[in-house]
Amino acid sequence: MLSRVANSLYWISRHVERAENTARMLDVTYRMSMLPYRVLESGQAWSEPWALPLVISGLATAYYERYPGALSPNKVLRFMVLDPLNPSSIYSCIHSARENARTVRGAITSEMYEDLNALWLNLHTQSFESIAAEGISEFFDYIKMQSHQFRGVTIGTMLRDEGYHFIRLGTFIERADNTARILDVKYHTLLPSVSDVGGAVDYYQWGALLRSVSAFDAYRKVYRDVITPMRVIELLVLRDDVPRSLHVCMNEIYQILSGLADASSLEPERLAGELHAQLHYGRAEKIITFGLHEYLMNFLDKLHSLNQEINQHFLVPVYAQAQAQAQAVSR
Amino acid sequence: MDRDSSAAKPAFYNEMYQADGSVRGHYAAYAEWLEDKRVEYLLQKQREADALYTRLGITFAVYGEETGVERAIPFDIIPRILDAAAWSKIHDGACQRVRALNAFLRDIYHDQDIVRAGIVPPEYVTGNSLYRPEMRGFTVPGGVYVHVAGVDIVQTGGDEFFVLEDNLRTPSGVSYMLENRNMMMRLFPELFSRMSVAPIDHYADLLLENLRAVAPAGRTDPVVVVLTPGPYNSAYFEHAFLAQQMGVELVEGQDLFVADQQVHMRTTRGPKRVDVIYRRIDDDFLDPLAFRPDSVLGVAGLFSVYRAGNVTLANAIGTGVADDKSTYIYVPEMIRFYLGEEPILQNVQTWQLRKPEELGYVLSHLPELVVKEVQGSGGYGMLVGPTASREQIASFRRRIEAEPAKYIAQPTIALSACPTFCGSSIAARHVDLRPYVLSGKATTLVPGALTRVALREGSLVVNSSQGGGTKDTWVLEQ
Repeated sequence: MLSRVANSLYWISRHVERAENTARMLDVTYRMSMLPYRVLESGQAWSEPWALPLVISGLATAYYERYPGALSPNKVLRFMVLDPLNPSSIYSCIHSARENARTVRGAITSEMYEDLNALWLNLHTQSFESIAAEGISEFFDYIKMQSHQFRGVTIGTMLRDEGYHFIRLGTFIERADNTARILDVKYHTLLPSVSDVGGAVDYYQWGALLRSVSAFDAYRKVYRDVITPMRVIELLVLRDDVPRSLHVCMNEIYQILSGLADASSLEPERLAGELHAQLHYGRAEKIITFGLHEYLMNFLDKLHSLNQEINQHFLVPVYAQAQAQAQAVSR
Repeated sequence: MDRDSSAAKPAFYNEMYQADGSVRGHYAAYAEWLEDKRVEYLLQKQREADALYTRLGITFAVYGEETGVERAIPFDIIPRILDAAAWSKIHDGACQRVRALNAFLRDIYHDQDIVRAGIVPPEYVTGNSLYRPEMRGFTVPGGVYVHVAGVDIVQTGGDEFFVLEDNLRTPSGVSYMLENRNMMMRLFPELFSRMSVAPIDHYADLLLENLRAVAPAGRTDPVVVVLTPGPYNSAYFEHAFLAQQMGVELVEGQDLFVADQQVHMRTTRGPKRVDVIYRRIDDDFLDPLAFRPDSVLGVAGLFSVYRAGNVTLANAIGTGVADDKSTYIYVPEMIRFYLGEEPILQNVQTWQLRKPEELGYVLSHLPELVVKEVQGSGGYGMLVGPTASREQIASFRRRIEAEPAKYIAQPTIALSACPTFCGSSIAARHVDLRPYVLSGKATTLVPGALTRVALREGSLVVNSSQGGGTKDTWVLEQ
């Protein structure tokens, strides 16, 4: 398969997944904002619930450049939902996913293209006012359902060839990245210092964190008990049966890369294997002792390296011969 | 349903109705089906078709408007029907023409017999800016230059067909021919059981077969790719569609590179050699080392690999010289010269104003004629006598008198018309026909073509950029 095509497939699913995660995160923030909240450290960006989506996505600076002045829920929503100048807004994600799909129409099924195209055509005609009039939560539900639908259409219609594996790879890389970021920022917010671990926690805040990764029901089923930080870490990092846990994401990523690897592309598989083993044999107590923030930063660093290896070996390879040719041209 | 009373106006040939209003034989079964259909029913089908085209993303980009604007090309739900006899003439005539044009290209890039025989003047060959001196003496695989040709044909009577133009560079539109058929089968399956419409869906197989047949010698299981300028090209949908239908890679210039005198593509499994490139990029942009140095769409070094015979381009480089208006005039002569046959399809009568006796005739008949620039295209630098004002004619006359050799003239042609659904009624609209002729293994075409229709009443302009639409074209089997 063409590297450019594989790269587009990979980014179709990353963008759809990112749109879904953004919708989840904003939805939970929106619901939480209707409850009274504790100001933990006033003056800190994360002390304000509406800043959290920005901090988690690494977009706080971009936001303040675009919307100087006091932070407002409306402005954050505008920025994160429909702003075409924010490359991670839901609008931009769906646009990029659809543009990528358009360039590789031959590599996906017509059902997949029709599905994404219909979503884009609908989103394209929306204004912030029309979304607000319909209900912002309904809109987030719509985006989540569309993402589920696209994943379903992909799994249900696509030939299990290389292209399929790159689409799946994008989904899980994005998901792992998102779960790690949400956990890091939310945990930080809830427990500004590690010494507070085991102290009183706000049930709603923890509930919101779990809901934003669709793990609230899973938590209740698994533990049938109050929410504790240790269990949240176990659930979202280590368990191999929670669909958005880091462990499950790395399971999938490792399997996909093992299937894709040949003699010249062993490094991505090795890196994924290493990350996978770390989660497979990890213990929640150890993570807390090590420091969750440090643990997650380390994970995100390694995920980033893995992404670079995937680029070099599959998606945007640089060949010595092609470089020589390019130099000949520029001379 | 009722039809527009203007449908039988005799100024042009109506493909469905005779002058007395009775239905022509090959439309009888369709007319019978149509008889009890209400406007609401047709309107609903038309809306269904429009919605499907938009949802399927069968669009073309509109240049000059807001970036990224895509439109669905208007599609008319009433088929254009050709009987077997008409088709056989079109088939034989178009194939004959393309065989002669291939022979002409082979000749002008080698010995130029046709120039030495005094049939085509050298200034129209080597003096043409579309002639590629780089191609002199180079023999393309199988001697095939034009692998895909779009021959634009108009009908003026039951058995009267004229060729308006040959498109020998990168003709587009075949995806609409194929998608229009899919759409009709989706909308009106019952019609296909009533009438025996010749199938066309093997087009992609035939194309692939022909492309594989012209691979460089010794390549077993040759790798074919479609080369596109990218998603912002107006015909991108078609490029992707054809690659998908053939089951080959759709590549952009950035996906290919040259190493060791071979063309390779960048794949997830490392470099892979490419043998045949069905390119939808103009000559000028193919290789920045050989042609336009500012091209970012092409592949550096491609031309040198091509000249070394290590990759095949379809169509070949330098075919533009044969679809120029000045060369068009000589196609009937080419058919006689190379094939020893009489042309099956006629050219539209064309006066060459560089000839004094023809110039005299044209100048005294300007209000009836269409005058075109030899090198012009897209309707620029053109006089349409019957619709032009007295002043326009006078000013054009002065331009002709200054440089007569720059112009040709043709009579205004009464294009045939087909019944077309216009929202509240069915009315006659003018149409043309573009069959796609494939060459490689043999010269052949599927029994079908793209019918373009001028949707505005009385209009003769069928271009999609100017209010034109398309129809499915049905060739009836005997």
